[in-house]
Amino acid sequence: MANIQLRNVRKAFGAVEVIKGIDLNIRSGEFMVFVGPSGCGKSTLLRLVAGLEDITSGELAFDGKVVNGLAPSKRGIAMVFQSYALYPHMTVFDNMAFGLTLEKGTDKDEIRKRVENAAELLQITPYLARLPKQLSGGQRQRVAIGRAIVRDPKVFLFDEPLSNLDAALRVATRIEIAKLHESMHNVTMIYVTHDQVEAMTLADRICVLRDGLVEQVGTPMELYETPDSLFVAGFIGSPKMNFIAGDKAKPFGAHTVGVRGEHLVIKPSDGTWSGTVIHTENLGADSYVYLEMGTEEPVVVRLDGVNNYKSGDVVHISPMDDKIHRFDAAGKPIR
Amino acid sequence: MVGTFDLWKVTKTTLFYLLVIFIVVESVFPFYYAILTSFKTGTDLFRVSYWPDSFSWGNYAAVLNTGSFPRNLLNSVFISATTVLLALFLAITASFALSRVRFRGRGLLLMTILAVSMFPQIAVLAGLFEVIRSLGIYNTPWALIFSYTIFTLPFTVWVLTTFMRDLPIEIEEAAIVDGASPWVIITRVFMPLMWPALVTTGLLAFIGAWNEFLFALTFTSSNDTRTVPVAIALLSGGSSHEIPWGAIMAASVIVTIPLVVLVLIFQRKIVSGLTAGGVKG
Amino acid sequence: MATDTLAPPMALPGVRIKSELMQQRARAARWFLLPMLIALAVVAGWPLLRSIYFSFTDASLNNLYGAEWVGFNNYLRWTTLDSGKTVYRGLLVDPKWWGAVGNTLRFAAYSVTFEAIFGMIVALVLNAEFKGRGIVRAAILIPWAIPTIVSAKMWSWMLNDQFGILNDLGMKLGLLSQKVAWTANADTAMTAVLIVDIWKTTPFMALLILAGLQMIPKDIYEAAEIDGVHPVKQFFRITLPLVRPALMVAIIFRLLDALRIFDLIYVLTPNSDSTKTMSVLARENLFDFDKFAYGSAMSTMLFLIIAVLTILYIWLGKVRFDGGDR
Repeated sequence: MANIQLRNVRKAFGAVEVIKGIDLNIRSGEFMVFVGPSGCGKSTLLRLVAGLEDITSGELAFDGKVVNGLAPSKRGIAMVFQSYALYPHMTVFDNMAFGLTLEKGTDKDEIRKRVENAAELLQITPYLARLPKQLSGGQRQRVAIGRAIVRDPKVFLFDEPLSNLDAALRVATRIEIAKLHESMHNVTMIYVTHDQVEAMTLADRICVLRDGLVEQVGTPMELYETPDSLFVAGFIGSPKMNFIAGDKAKPFGAHTVGVRGEHLVIKPSDGTWSGTVIHTENLGADSYVYLEMGTEEPVVVRLDGVNNYKSGDVVHISPMDDKIHRFDAAGKPIR
Repeated sequence: MVGTFDLWKVTKTTLFYLLVIFIVVESVFPFYYAILTSFKTGTDLFRVSYWPDSFSWGNYAAVLNTGSFPRNLLNSVFISATTVLLALFLAITASFALSRVRFRGRGLLLMTILAVSMFPQIAVLAGLFEVIRSLGIYNTPWALIFSYTIFTLPFTVWVLTTFMRDLPIEIEEAAIVDGASPWVIITRVFMPLMWPALVTTGLLAFIGAWNEFLFALTFTSSNDTRTVPVAIALLSGGSSHEIPWGAIMAASVIVTIPLVVLVLIFQRKIVSGLTAGGVKG
Repeated sequence: MATDTLAPPMALPGVRIKSELMQQRARAARWFLLPMLIALAVVAGWPLLRSIYFSFTDASLNNLYGAEWVGFNNYLRWTTLDSGKTVYRGLLVDPKWWGAVGNTLRFAAYSVTFEAIFGMIVALVLNAEFKGRGIVRAAILIPWAIPTIVSAKMWSWMLNDQFGILNDLGMKLGLLSQKVAWTANADTAMTAVLIVDIWKTTPFMALLILAGLQMIPKDIYEAAEIDGVHPVKQFFRITLPLVRPALMVAIIFRLLDALRIFDLIYVLTPNSDSTKTMSVLARENLFDFDKFAYGSAMSTMLFLIIAVLTILYIWLGKVRFDGGDR
């Protein structure tokens, strides 16, 4: 059990400030996802929480106690790395037991029991005697997670743990991690990813970062339904939210109007806007129609099932009434 | 046209292989000829021959049974091995600091170490002589172990630093999260991963110490304390016109064979070790 | 959202708490570096300073501690004779010293140039795909593995005036009209030294250049091939510029090595004034002629000359020791 507080946390490497003052409260037992484009500082922020980097200024507190100076091993954290970072010369068992053997006064039977329990949970018991190089990527990832579980952490940190796996394995492991969170419900988890789908599916709450600052914090649905900025609106959701600016947005009293593809309806005539079909994609369960209508990027309409529009067709579209997002010139929402 | 094209190709291939053969023969021949000479005794020695035509162990027996050559061999082995172990021990920890810890002046320190390894040894000879005399280790193996540190230590530090820099940072961070101290990281995580690098570096440093001549010539003064290079250089007969070529070649072959075998066994590793010290820097 | 409302950020004056981890690492780094630094100070730093100091004294082998400060006398001193003629003495006007400087520079220039050319050829051969490449690589490692003293002895036997195989070969092939005393003759002694050094050191050069060659992506050549660039042009326009950083580093390593050469010359051509280098002369004065202070002056000068040349080379050649690829 640990709640984590960041108060005006800043991190600079030399003259370059990477984290520019972050305030955040992560609740005990919560699954928090840091998401953002590359270079936004999400991994650095995680490493600050882990204690692998020094905080330049500001405070980091675990359960109200400032831990800025505390060594990583004393923070009650465990971390799963992008490259798994298993010790190549140690067996799976030794990899998982290494941290415990370094703690004074943990006896051998206790270590064995804890490693075996974790192995059981992750179904890697048959591999305990193997070396990491004898395992597949997915198995290695489990060992890395197992090594973290054995430490019995209060806080579980994941640094893009799925990015080295192929697409199918990524989905399977994602479900695995979600299950893990349910079974360890009083462990706080922080998960870094650049993939908004991972963020949406795993998180209790998401923290969207941009250029070293928090853009918005909220549950996946809050971010989806009430984005606090043009950036968040564009970052969360797939396909990307359509932005319509300029004269077409004026009737709505906004600088930019944002509508998601699934909130646009195609009308036979008399729509709010009209455009020419330039491309269609049929995915089976749903389909996308791309329209050219003078916006910066083509407008996407998401339809259920299969559609029969062809390139060159002129169609009329209207947004669903309460699904319009209006933004002012600064990219802030008008509500 | 096809015919001439083929001819050109054949000529090219032939010339290429002639070059290859020349490189191989030119590299190997002197050593081959030394072996040939080492098996010749008496007047056979002074008859030039290109193929083995006489065979006698006489020179080897002479070198190994008379004089202090066996003792010199032991000296060389002891001095080189001790120097290397000492250098590796000091270098492992130092290269961890140089490759893994950010601190001010690190680049300058690395350049200094490189500069020391490229040092003209003659520049420190007078001062080293004084230090060795005042330590009371003149004409002992310790004089050489001490002075060889000047080239083995910077070399091993430099090469191990480049090797260690290439170890993945996340493994170290995983160990930090596991609660490992720098010492534990070095001994229980990095060293097991680095043993090939340690072997290579150690071998190269060993060869350097084994071949060293200037210090060995200067800091030892009696037949029993010399190392093999000095012993070979000073092997002589009664007068300058009686140079014992057969014995010299036998001694040369004895000290070279182990090196050649080691180098051929570890050739891939040695090439990577040499280039780690040179190109990648 | 209410629970997330944070207390207003506390005023945190620019305190930067250095964490336990960073402190531990900094402390460890200090202790890890200390033994090495002490060792280098004792075997390199202090002796260098003492050598320089001795060059300003009248020290002799048997009187190191009673030596007296004589200023620049070992380097240059003059006396004005009664006749009004001034006589200069000391290292800076010693023809033997300048002869040795000349020998050293000549040796370094020739050996490094030839080693670079031959090394490049061998590296290009090894960089090609052909049957038996492994054998060639093993073969060229042999000269490198042979101790310098041993190769000096081997070659002085092969170069022997009466019974040497090279004279025999030269006569048989009609290249020589009479047997040559390679190592004893003043005209050929330097050539002999160069032959042995080039033979022994070209492999090292070749391996360093090869490493540079192997870093050049293959598709560049494929692109050049498609564009129909002639192989010779490919070498000068693609290979040479791209391998330049590696070559420059290899050359400086070799140059520094060549400038301090001692053992090969000491064994192959002892007592030959036409090959005596700075190192050989300095050691002779230090330990054989009992001119300890004068020898120290020589070694100090040698150190200065090498330092200046190195700095010039690095500066003019824009050598980067990080290999230029990071």
